[in-house]
Amino acid sequence: MDMKANKKKLGLKEKYAHMTRGLDWETTYQPKDKVFPQATFEGIKVHDWDKWEDPFRLTMDAYWKYQAEKERKLYAVLDAFAQNNGHLGITDARYLSAVKLFLTGISPLEYMAHRGFAAAGRNFPGVGPRVACLMQSIDEVRHAQTQIHALSNYNKFYEGFHAGASHQIERLWYLSVPKSFFDDAFSAGPFEWMIAIGFSFEYVLTNLLFVPFMSGAAYNGDMATVTFGFSAQSDEARHMTLGLECIKFMLEQDPDNLPIVQKWIDKWAWRGIRVLSLVSTMMDYMLPKRVMSWKEAWEIYFEQNGGALFNDLAKYGIKVPDCIAQCTVDKEHQSHQLWLTLCTHSHAMGLHTWLPDAEEMDWLSAKYPNTFDKYYRPRFDELRERADKGERFFANTLPMLCQVCQIPMLFTEPDDPTKICYRESEFQGEKYHTCSDGCKHIFDDEPEKYIQAWLPVYQLYQGNCWPEGTDPTAEGFNPVAKYLEWCHIDAKDTGDYEGSSDQANFAAWRGAATQNT
Amino acid sequence: MQIDLRTVAIKPLRHTFDHLVERFGDKPASRYQEGSYNIQQEHIFHYRPSWDADHVLFDKKRTKIQMKDWYALKDPRQFYYGAYTIARARQQDATESSFEMIEDRGLAELIPADLKQTALDVLVPMRHVEWGGNMGNSYIAAYGYGTVITQPCLYHAMDHLGVAQYLTRIGLVLDGPDALDAAKEAWMSGATWQPMRQHVENLLVLQDWFEIFVAQNLVLEGLLNPMLYDYLDAEFSANGGTAISMMTRFMAEWSTETAKWVDAQIKVAAAESPENKAQLSEWVEQYRAATLKALAPIAKRAFGDKADDLLAELTSEFNARCAKLGLAV
Repeated sequence: MDMKANKKKLGLKEKYAHMTRGLDWETTYQPKDKVFPQATFEGIKVHDWDKWEDPFRLTMDAYWKYQAEKERKLYAVLDAFAQNNGHLGITDARYLSAVKLFLTGISPLEYMAHRGFAAAGRNFPGVGPRVACLMQSIDEVRHAQTQIHALSNYNKFYEGFHAGASHQIERLWYLSVPKSFFDDAFSAGPFEWMIAIGFSFEYVLTNLLFVPFMSGAAYNGDMATVTFGFSAQSDEARHMTLGLECIKFMLEQDPDNLPIVQKWIDKWAWRGIRVLSLVSTMMDYMLPKRVMSWKEAWEIYFEQNGGALFNDLAKYGIKVPDCIAQCTVDKEHQSHQLWLTLCTHSHAMGLHTWLPDAEEMDWLSAKYPNTFDKYYRPRFDELRERADKGERFFANTLPMLCQVCQIPMLFTEPDDPTKICYRESEFQGEKYHTCSDGCKHIFDDEPEKYIQAWLPVYQLYQGNCWPEGTDPTAEGFNPVAKYLEWCHIDAKDTGDYEGSSDQANFAAWRGAATQNT
Repeated sequence: MQIDLRTVAIKPLRHTFDHLVERFGDKPASRYQEGSYNIQQEHIFHYRPSWDADHVLFDKKRTKIQMKDWYALKDPRQFYYGAYTIARARQQDATESSFEMIEDRGLAELIPADLKQTALDVLVPMRHVEWGGNMGNSYIAAYGYGTVITQPCLYHAMDHLGVAQYLTRIGLVLDGPDALDAAKEAWMSGATWQPMRQHVENLLVLQDWFEIFVAQNLVLEGLLNPMLYDYLDAEFSANGGTAISMMTRFMAEWSTETAKWVDAQIKVAAAESPENKAQLSEWVEQYRAATLKALAPIAKRAFGDKADDLLAELTSEFNARCAKLGLAV
């Protein structure tokens, strides 16, 4: 046989270039601005898409192969978990509040990321980023689905999961915080999307979002969630390299891009940090077995690791966002302030809350020596005292929300932790309120965008959040009760963990599984 | 003999999520259902998109096709991510062993020169057509409505990328990187390919996502894939080019499988209303004419004198398929 033995083997990089960039062409029958209509309106200048360095080189055949292997393993574990009452292995059913928050607040974001990256994967004129974005898009639908599948088993046995992954994020007041973050990013252009989600969310903040939830799962015996977390790790690593490559590419292409990118980094750092305040309560209050305090996580993952990242970006002229000074103050307060608010509004929430017990308060004192005993322990003591007298306090109304981050106005002034922080802006003759200098700054930069915010509490009081056919003039009409019905929140989903059916069922089932009675 | 293990049985409080109970009743839901239905947000969006201020983020009005329930457009393959990747991994495994065998044994050297040239001239430039298919389907995945149709369109976009990469490998196996340069040259300026390139570029500027679905997934693929992976493949196999058939087996299997999915979408959408049926039929007629025009010179290169008959046959098969789907074309 006449074999051509000396055929040159192609290198990986070269081969990958043939498999991706070689596919594309400069259109001539249709103008480029019609084929890629979103490429320029944000003002980012790109001169040479070929300068894009592929952050990872995966052809589809390899992608299918690796990912299928991970899926087989993941679903084998989920099946075993379901078959063997794996839900009884968690530390305590209180832990499930964190998981409920994850399913209703984070999984829908994975879905939004899937759609947004599909858009980015269509809209960039460069084939390198398009392929990388499409891989992320399909990974994100994986994450949304594997999370729903992992948590579906809990739904069978516990309250608070039954509305599923996306019904409540459109309606529920505290879930408009993460929702508005992704709506904001997706309604921006493709470059801002990449800074918002690819860089800020996936690179800078993921260690403060994804990692705490997954570590919390590992610490609290939640095999379903932690298996998903491990399985998603290699996807997340790819997403991080994409986010970093994207920002470097924009900065290297043209010096005029720097101020735009800096503005977006500042905006999305603050937007992201506000979303993370929900994670801070999860770490400090919701986990029966705690991984570390929010303050410690912030110091390690943001101040140290993030600091190194910004040092690296300094050569492009990027500066650490101004809001970080405020964060250094907030890290001592935010989880306590937010949990106090959640505890007094948990009759209007899809998960249980509880007042920390003595041991938990001692842990909080030790972790927050500067603030907990001074500002927060007395307030929890007061709530506990009232609860012990059978007068558990719940706020009868719903709170005012920040026009930008949509968190209730509950955070305090940077220089006075006893005074609620309000900022006010005027636009087209109307007044708008924000919770902080960071949010006010974002509002003032794009007021025409943020006045559109659909603030759940205001919508409720305007009568837009009731099931069809509701008659608000009926006798004994209770707007909050009707609102909860519209959100698919049942009485069993809400209020204190103490006395809940989750608590009773978990105790009974664990008893049945471990005792011979 | 059956062995029954004893387990601690706990009666579940419910079988699945509220929206699935409303849709299918209170019974255990499949992973496809849990991972697909109602996971796209529907009603409330905070900000108008800066790139399309006339619509909300997910908007039913981005197409002329209208459905009472967009979740009627389900995927008969029930592909959620896990099922999809596992199916493709199995197919790629088989394809990979074909490529390995061809490369290890130098089987490409045994292909008769004229067949090899046909493969280089016809199959390799198709990788650019596939890349167009990727772009159209990613558009639908981004801007379409309802996960049961947007999700498979992303899978289909990734499949198109995969197919483009297999076609690239065929070029590399047959003639190294030069094959890709020659194919690109033909695609950009060769007379045979200009009508097709023009057609593909025209699809890249469409804005109605369902129109893209019809033009790309039903019409272009409905005429092109059988031409390449049935008829041309039969020519290769019959004349000593089995090695080429081995390298296109993924595409042959894939195009049959995906056609079933496409059919299910069109059938349901057409049956929904006379307006849908008329619109879909109009699109099919429009894009069938355009596709046939684009295919004519390529068919001529692939089949010579038999090209006209073959295109006529393909068209009549395609028309019969459309008639079965309830279209008037």
